Amino acid sequence: MTMTISMTVNGEERSGLCEERTLLVTFLRETLRLTGTHVGCDTSQCGACVVHLDGDSVKACTVLAVQAAGHDVTTIEGIADGDTLHPMQQAFHENHGLQCGFCTPGMIMSALDLLKHNKAPTEREIREHLEGNFCRCTGYHNIVRSIAAAADMMATGKA
Amino acid sequence: MYAFRYHHAGSIDEAVRLHGSCEDPGYLAGGHTLLPTLKMRLAQPSDLIDLGTIDALKNTSTGTDTLIIGAGVRHNDVARMTHPIPALAGLAGQIGDFQVRNRGTLGGSIANADPAADYPAALVGLGATVITDRRQIAADDFFVDLFETALQEGELVTSVAFPAPRRAAYMKFPNPASRYAIVGVFVAWTASGMRVAVTGAGARVFRVAAMEEALERNFSPDVLADIQIPDDGLNSDIHATPDYRAHLVTVMARRAVALANA
Ligand SMILES: Cc1cc2nc3c(=O)[nH]c(=O)nc-3n(C[C@H](O)[C@H](O)[C@H](O)COP(=O)(O)OP(=O)(O)OC[C@H]3O[C@@H](n4cnc5c(N)ncnc54)[C@H](O)[C@@H]3O)c2cc1C
Ligand code: FES
Ligand code: FES
Repeated sequence: MTMTISMTVNGEERSGLCEERTLLVTFLRETLRLTGTHVGCDTSQCGACVVHLDGDSVKACTVLAVQAAGHDVTTIEGIADGDTLHPMQQAFHENHGLQCGFCTPGMIMSALDLLKHNKAPTEREIREHLEGNFCRCTGYHNIVRSIAAAADMMATGKA
Repeated sequence: MYAFRYHHAGSIDEAVRLHGSCEDPGYLAGGHTLLPTLKMRLAQPSDLIDLGTIDALKNTSTGTDTLIIGAGVRHNDVARMTHPIPALAGLAGQIGDFQVRNRGTLGGSIANADPAADYPAALVGLGATVITDRRQIAADDFFVDLFETALQEGELVTSVAFPAPRRAAYMKFPNPASRYAIVGVFVAWTASGMRVAVTGAGARVFRVAAMEEALERNFSPDVLADIQIPDDGLNSDIHATPDYRAHLVTVMARRAVALANA
């Protein structure tokens, strides 16, 4: 059955049509046209689709759009401050934390959830946290470096 | 995914009532087993009853010697709570990845009874009690077979009561891709004796009496060194043969005892 649902996306109230079986990632990409959130595997493995749901990082390919109705969603499009990149985005830029960029939105949304719980993660903690995020360009070293740099920037308020 | 109808349940009673009134319904908790299954069209429920909005399933309470965790409590919540049973926090923190742990729940994990899931080892290892909308089931009787539990049609897990052990630890040898247990062993020194529960190796979680008896004599990893479980009927797949799994049971059990004593 087609129905209209609403949720807060990147601070704005957004509504759109979906079915019961529509995935949150499909609703974001195809209905709201927020295509920054990617679909890599569609089988809950790769983390390209990570968004924040009520502040927690989740795989949007494994949440129904109706489950997010009435809730608060943040996507990669919602973290910069106008033209000023979020420190995490800036750190990926400066540390060559992306190659093709396909995994990057998920990496960034996942990394932000790590820093929410652990402001100064060790390299090992960063690597463990990225268990559910795959980079097919295999640029993990620079991704880890970027996240460590972002943690520093955010802690010292330099960004 | 095939089409289905979707319902929000406001309470435990409403969820069970809705389940009784639908043709071929299913409960939806964290969705991290169910939604992948539906995507592959391996199931075709007529209705999904979402438990995510039932606050009564999200409660946790700590008594002097028991920890009661609601069926709707997520793995990351268990991993992070200040804990009378640190081994349980350690186990929950090793399930899947961080995003899986932000959605997956205790109730969903045990109702699904995947032979490689982690929680079944903790339930059987600690001698926990599963509390449902209609009765209490001892963990030893709850896990019946591959993906099969003692739950009746429409029966809803509401919480699990874990008795606090004197010492306990969980060790798993994870599948490097999925993080599910190739073999996981939960060892506990409980008020009612030693318990050793193994997940990942067989069709369902099981206890190892020979190891429990040895630990009764001396709670030390060394007493397990020569105890090898038979490999008949153990799981065989591209990741591990039955005899490799049997070997891993001893290795993981020894490491678990060492960790419990640390
Ligand atoms: C990439 C990935 C990696 C994973 N790795 C691991 C791992 O390493 N170890 C591990 O143990 N698990 C792992 N899991 C599984 C994960 O823990 C699941 O979340 C869990 O098994 C199911 O919980 P859920 O809340 O998501 O349940 P759902 O998927 O919503 O439901 C699962 C089943 O349980 C039923 N159900 C749910 N709640 C109840 C209830 N309260 N009463 C009765 N029936 C109920 C549902 O109807 C359904 O049949 C992984 C999952 C993914 C996607
Ligand atoms: S697309 Fe969601 S985890 Fe890969
Ligand atoms: S940068 Fe290409 S997949 Fe990670």
